[in-house]
Amino acid sequence: MAERQEAAVARAALERLIELAGVSKVYDTGHVAVRALDDVDLRLDAGEYVAIMGPSGSGKSTLMHILGCLDTPTSGSYLLRGREVSQYAGKKLAQVRNREVGFVFQQFNLLPRLTAAENVELPLLYARAPAERRREIVADTLAKVGLSDRGHHKPNELSGGEVQRVAIARALANDPAIILADEPTGNLDSKSEEDLMQLLDSLNEMGRTLVVVTHEDSVARHAKRVITLRDGRLA
Amino acid sequence: MNYLTLFVRAVTSMRYNKMRSFLTTLGIIIGVTTIIAIVALLKGLDRTIDQEFSSLGTKTIYVQKMELEIGLRRHRNFEEISKRPDLTVEDAAAISKLATVRAAVPNIHRDLGTLTRGVYEADECTLTGIGEGGDLTGNWVVPEGRFITRYDQQHRNTVCVIGSYVADNLFGLGEEPLGKTLELDGRRYVVVGVLEEKGASFGHPQDNQIFIPVETYLKYYSLPEGRTSVFRGIRIEVLPEEEVPVETAVADVEELLRLRHGLRYYEDNDFGLNTQESMLSSLNTIRSVLWLVMVGVAGISLLVGGIGIMNIMLVSVAERTREIGIRKAVGASDADITVQFLSEAVALSSVGGVVGIVLGLAAGAFVSAVTPLQAAAPWWTVVLGVGFSAAVGIIFGIYPARKASGLNPIEAIRYE
Repeated sequence: MAERQEAAVARAALERLIELAGVSKVYDTGHVAVRALDDVDLRLDAGEYVAIMGPSGSGKSTLMHILGCLDTPTSGSYLLRGREVSQYAGKKLAQVRNREVGFVFQQFNLLPRLTAAENVELPLLYARAPAERRREIVADTLAKVGLSDRGHHKPNELSGGEVQRVAIARALANDPAIILADEPTGNLDSKSEEDLMQLLDSLNEMGRTLVVVTHEDSVARHAKRVITLRDGRLA
Repeated sequence: MNYLTLFVRAVTSMRYNKMRSFLTTLGIIIGVTTIIAIVALLKGLDRTIDQEFSSLGTKTIYVQKMELEIGLRRHRNFEEISKRPDLTVEDAAAISKLATVRAAVPNIHRDLGTLTRGVYEADECTLTGIGEGGDLTGNWVVPEGRFITRYDQQHRNTVCVIGSYVADNLFGLGEEPLGKTLELDGRRYVVVGVLEEKGASFGHPQDNQIFIPVETYLKYYSLPEGRTSVFRGIRIEVLPEEEVPVETAVADVEELLRLRHGLRYYEDNDFGLNTQESMLSSLNTIRSVLWLVMVGVAGISLLVGGIGIMNIMLVSVAERTREIGIRKAVGASDADITVQFLSEAVALSSVGGVVGIVLGLAAGAFVSAVTPLQAAAPWWTVVLGVGFSAAVGIIFGIYPARKASGLNPIEAIRYE
């Protein structure tokens, strides 16, 4: 009986990928304290496809930074795969970013000196993956985003759409719990935007959990759930 | 993964800024080159000096009018020293009677210039009046004939023992010098011995000497006066008995000469007792000064090189703020970033070190090739060069690396 209960709890925790409870973030700018996030409760289950919307200054970026463990909340609790990560710091936080989170940025943020393959390899390096394994995963993920033949190119030899697909491959490399995309199509033309959103859709269909921060309805339309932020609160 | 991979990636990152990397490492290159080259030179100097000294008699004490010190320890008043009493053949005879002394040989010399004998010529010969036992004190071997004897001395014989250079140049091929005569300043001397070749000592040729009995010398030549007497007067070469330590013999000779010169207990010696050890110890002062200079020069250039590396690493950290942010976002820990930048600093300084080692060894080899100095850097200088340059990289790289790893990833990633 007890065993069955434990298994049920474990399954629930697995489904319940992310649980924010009463999360606030206050920036102390000297004389004024800015409340960027105010008592946010949010639950994301495995396999969800969520768009976060809201005007600029609404706390979208702050929420994404906290979800992505680039920052920690001032108060409140953040359970990621059942682990309380809100109090993590330093090496532990870096490890969570490395294993559980894949970032996709508006500015792409590939390292310009490295080839596409080397960029994808980066999270694997920091995960201390052996060379043989790194090579396999880089080849696999580049294939997944349709860039098998572009691995040896530097970012400046690739188109904007291709660069962003390399960034997605990099985000996928360590098989993270969640992909966080911040305005992923913001610097792309509409054709590339459509291709990229299709790629994201297909990733979600394969079971990936996606969170996309955007202020474009055309992007948000792809998501299955839309969360709107206003003045640091969920609307 | 391992830090080795991070290090290798850091090393390869130098190629993106070849000129800058080169200029940055210049300070280290100069520092390490200086260390290696100077160590090579000093080692060469040591070796040369050791060789020179071994060609002299090792235990011989040189009694002279002045104390010999190589170096500039104190200003010498030659006027004062020239007023000291000359050493005499009688002093030598008295010293030779000491129980601790095996031989005490007076000697005095002068330049002869070019000697001729028929069609033959020998340049720059010197004439030395010497007593019995001069072969022992001067480390001479007489393979043909004999050296000057007491009998020669007592009878003021006009006999001579000649150096190999003199024998080679004044006598024809196959001509036996023994029993032949040499004319020196209008007097004829019978050659009674030919010395084995010795080579030069401290740059001075030794095989150009002609030895005659000191009494004969004093009969025909007057003693130098005034300042020349300081170096050109009679000196006495003293060889202690076997088993007797040099210092014991020195003490005995000193006591005897003070007595003979009538010195009071509060008066300083009016003669110099020079041993190889005393000359070596004054040489050692020069050596240690040279070493200090080297350590100073190398230290300063390594310091300057280190500051250069720190400067360029700070520039690099600023330029790559965004890269640091990205690396942190994909999971690099502070330690990973520290290792990356520290590796770059160490890579820069180590490359400088290796280039410096190569240049330093080349400088040593060059000196060996064009001068008689056998300059060669010992193996440990290579270890030293690598160690120092790596240490400079770590010491001056740690601050920029810590600065890089301490960056806030969110701000760093937004940095333009």
